[in-house]
Amino acid sequence: MLGYTITQWLFGILSFLAIMFALMVVFTRNPVNSVLYLVLTFFCIAGHYLLMNAQFLAVVHIAVYAGAIMVLFLFVIMLMNLDQDSEPQKTVISKLVAGILGGLLLVVLVGSLRGAESLQLKQYGHSQIGLVKNLGQVLFHEYLFPFEIVSVLLLSALVGAIMIGKKEIK
Amino acid sequence: MINGISINMYLMLSAIIFIIGAIGVMARRNTIILFMCIELMLNAVNLLLVAFSTLHNDASGQVFVFFVMAVAAAEVAVGLAILSMIYRNLKSIDSDLLGNLKN
Repeated sequence: MLGYTITQWLFGILSFLAIMFALMVVFTRNPVNSVLYLVLTFFCIAGHYLLMNAQFLAVVHIAVYAGAIMVLFLFVIMLMNLDQDSEPQKTVISKLVAGILGGLLLVVLVGSLRGAESLQLKQYGHSQIGLVKNLGQVLFHEYLFPFEIVSVLLLSALVGAIMIGKKEIK
Repeated sequence: MINGISINMYLMLSAIIFIIGAIGVMARRNTIILFMCIELMLNAVNLLLVAFSTLHNDASGQVFVFFVMAVAAAEVAVGLAILSMIYRNLKSIDSDLLGNLKN
């Protein structure tokens, strides 16, 4: 259809939406609107994962990021009444410098990627490594030790967050 | 190529989202939005990891993304705990105020 396959159309639409929502995250005044745009960005990235047949990661991405982390952000914003958009702005010079630095970084990255087209790599149709069964095989055979260490890390983060966040009783 | 999309497109998309996150970190003073732009940068890197793991048909990239997601969740929890502590003491989340730690 119009010279591009459906997959390429989907990639283009998802990329455009992801970039647009990411820009809205950075440039919106109200923090609550920023959080909602970030949730939409996460959904677009999960769509990219699905395009590459990374099914397990797409679902875990939505469950962990959009379902847990963003809800945590919203709770913190709402409980501490931070949703007023009366945030003092950085000076115009600071924002200009940030924009210029970001633009320079973009130029460097895109310029370094321009010569990478000569990489000839095989073409894969529908990869099977994103399925839960195959990913689970790799995770539990080769990466079992990091998996257990991540559970210890989550426990330490939990204990740390509670210790930092609790009120001190004099 | 992945399904007819060259890997350069994924590289550029990930670079653009990463740079939007970096600009957000430099140009905003609200600490909550700072955290969200850091999450945006992490997501750009996750996207690129999954793209390359699909390209080379190696599951290690996707396993690494799994671990990055777990670490990001832990980091957000601890970061927001620190933020609420700071807000309790200073009554503001302005990152320029937090830069002067002596006061």
